[in-house]
Amino acid sequence: MSSNVNINTGSNTTVSPGGLPSRRNTELAMLVFAVLIPAFAYANVGLAKDGEIPAGMLGYGLGLGVLAGIAHLVVRRWAPYADPLMLPVATLLNGLGLVLIWRLDQEPTITTPALGGAMAPGQLMWSTLGVALALGVLIFLRDHRVLQRYTYISMVVALILLILPMFFPARYGARIWITIPGVGSLQPGEFAKIIIAVFFAGYLMVKRDALALASRRFMGLYLPRGRDLGPILAIWALSLMILIFETDLGTSLLFFGLFVIMLYVATERTSWVVFGLGLSAAGAVAVASFAGHVQSRVDNWLNPLATENGAVTETAQAMYSFGSGGMLGSGLGQGYSRLIGGIAPKSDYILATVGEELGLTGLMAILVLYGLLVERGMRTALAARDPFGKLLAVGLTGAFALQVFVVAGGVTGLIPLTGMTMPFLAQGGSSVIANWALVAILLRISDTARRPAPAPAPSPDAEMTQVVRP
Amino acid sequence: MSELTLTVMRLGFLAVLWLFVIVAVQVIRSDLFGTRVTQRAARRNDSRAQRQQPPQRQQQQPQPARRGRGNRGAPTKLVVSEGSLTGTTVALQGQTISLGRAHDSTIVLDDDYASSRHARIYPDRDGQWIVEDLGSTNGTYLDRTRLTTPTPIPPGAPIRIGKTVIELRK
Repeated sequence: MSSNVNINTGSNTTVSPGGLPSRRNTELAMLVFAVLIPAFAYANVGLAKDGEIPAGMLGYGLGLGVLAGIAHLVVRRWAPYADPLMLPVATLLNGLGLVLIWRLDQEPTITTPALGGAMAPGQLMWSTLGVALALGVLIFLRDHRVLQRYTYISMVVALILLILPMFFPARYGARIWITIPGVGSLQPGEFAKIIIAVFFAGYLMVKRDALALASRRFMGLYLPRGRDLGPILAIWALSLMILIFETDLGTSLLFFGLFVIMLYVATERTSWVVFGLGLSAAGAVAVASFAGHVQSRVDNWLNPLATENGAVTETAQAMYSFGSGGMLGSGLGQGYSRLIGGIAPKSDYILATVGEELGLTGLMAILVLYGLLVERGMRTALAARDPFGKLLAVGLTGAFALQVFVVAGGVTGLIPLTGMTMPFLAQGGSSVIANWALVAILLRISDTARRPAPAPAPSPDAEMTQVVRP
Repeated sequence: MSELTLTVMRLGFLAVLWLFVIVAVQVIRSDLFGTRVTQRAARRNDSRAQRQQPPQRQQQQPQPARRGRGNRGAPTKLVVSEGSLTGTTVALQGQTISLGRAHDSTIVLDDDYASSRHARIYPDRDGQWIVEDLGSTNGTYLDRTRLTTPTPIPPGAPIRIGKTVIELRK
């Protein structure tokens, strides 16, 4: 038996492995599963609230199924070697988000016309647009390395997207929205995170040797040269400006964190992480001490049970709903997260609804699903053959992971709450569209990474065989 | 709606959600735990040998006894013992092994004295491994003799191709 093991591991690379299986059929099976779970949840909500299967069941189920089916066919045709898990996991999260929003739409107290009315139909439309954009990316972006050409253009575009919301009025205490009269509003930060990952990947690919090698050693840390420190200080200043002028902790944390992650991956220097953490801590403390909006968020975080104008804070309400959910949850459609009030349960606090109705067990499952998506992204980065693709995959995955951490941490009271949305789950058009585009770029990189290497040039065949002379 | 149905649905939904997670982890298992080494190669050899038992018994009388011993002693791997690829092993799993400088050969010989398609080694119907020269420039040698026809390989006999020597081992 042991000799067999030796044979198999010992066989040389001259034996062609025949390429990785494309695993599209696995993806199809997982997709069917991922469509059935939200359909189950939908029926569950209907039975719990009205005692009957909801009327729109077939429509929503078929809608999600058709969407997933088209996505699968496009991946099969245009990215046949792409990762088999990303699409099903994203579909499942998006479907669960739709069901949760529809479930909260059934609560009359938070579905008044003043609060925007029912949001599930709109969210379904945004999801469709998001999937369409993702498929467009897959069809038209044949090679992710094309993005490398737009390194500095994407820097400019990202800066514009980040700065633009400063000139629009604040909503819910944060200036992260662009309002176009008659069309609606969008959150440019969601798109900026993809574009800035492209910039960081392109920039760090060129500069990483300078950042990694030209440094002095001091107390076990590599101190970078002053001029190499420039970019990190510039990004730091920018994220502080976002924090001050847009009063949005989440966006600034996302951008600075993303930069530090990519810097660390590109240079393998721990000193950058130390610098980054130090700078962000200093910045956060400084801003929190004088910006009122940030300060109140920090206060809510430190004293969640303190009353505010005679009422408990939203942070406390979210904790109550987690508590009432317990281990196994109250069941879909049987929670009281509507008591949080406003549209918060549909957007920022959607995880509180998950925690109450699905309990710790369900919340953990959702977080593991996010973890799986992040793992697939990191795996793609490991498998990618070109440095730009590696860095871009790390950047996109890192942005996604940071966003999940910032939102989940904020809702569960680990860090101060920030105005970001849970990717795919929470209500919000910009978020769902941007995250589908992010998944599409990751699918494209993983397709390139897992594609079998082209056959080497047949040069040895062309040479003449030497003749043995006796 | 009855309380019982809702409870069953509630727990069922959690179970289904975790089932998805577990299936997803199974899909990426090879990433997490490494590729599993299976014993399929050995089993396939055995089953083939068993299938071939009856016809052999009809053909020749001394064959069964020899096969019985040869079964256990059948070569399981091909080892390159001399030349630039020294140390390379290939598991013998009933497939034809082509040798030569052509890049699509099973063993790509980096040897100036080898032809593009030099020789091939394959099992005949009885599971006996045969070496055949494919009209190479410098010839294929089994022990000391240059091959002219497909020849069964005795255990341990060196096959010389240019500067490369290969052997079949158990």
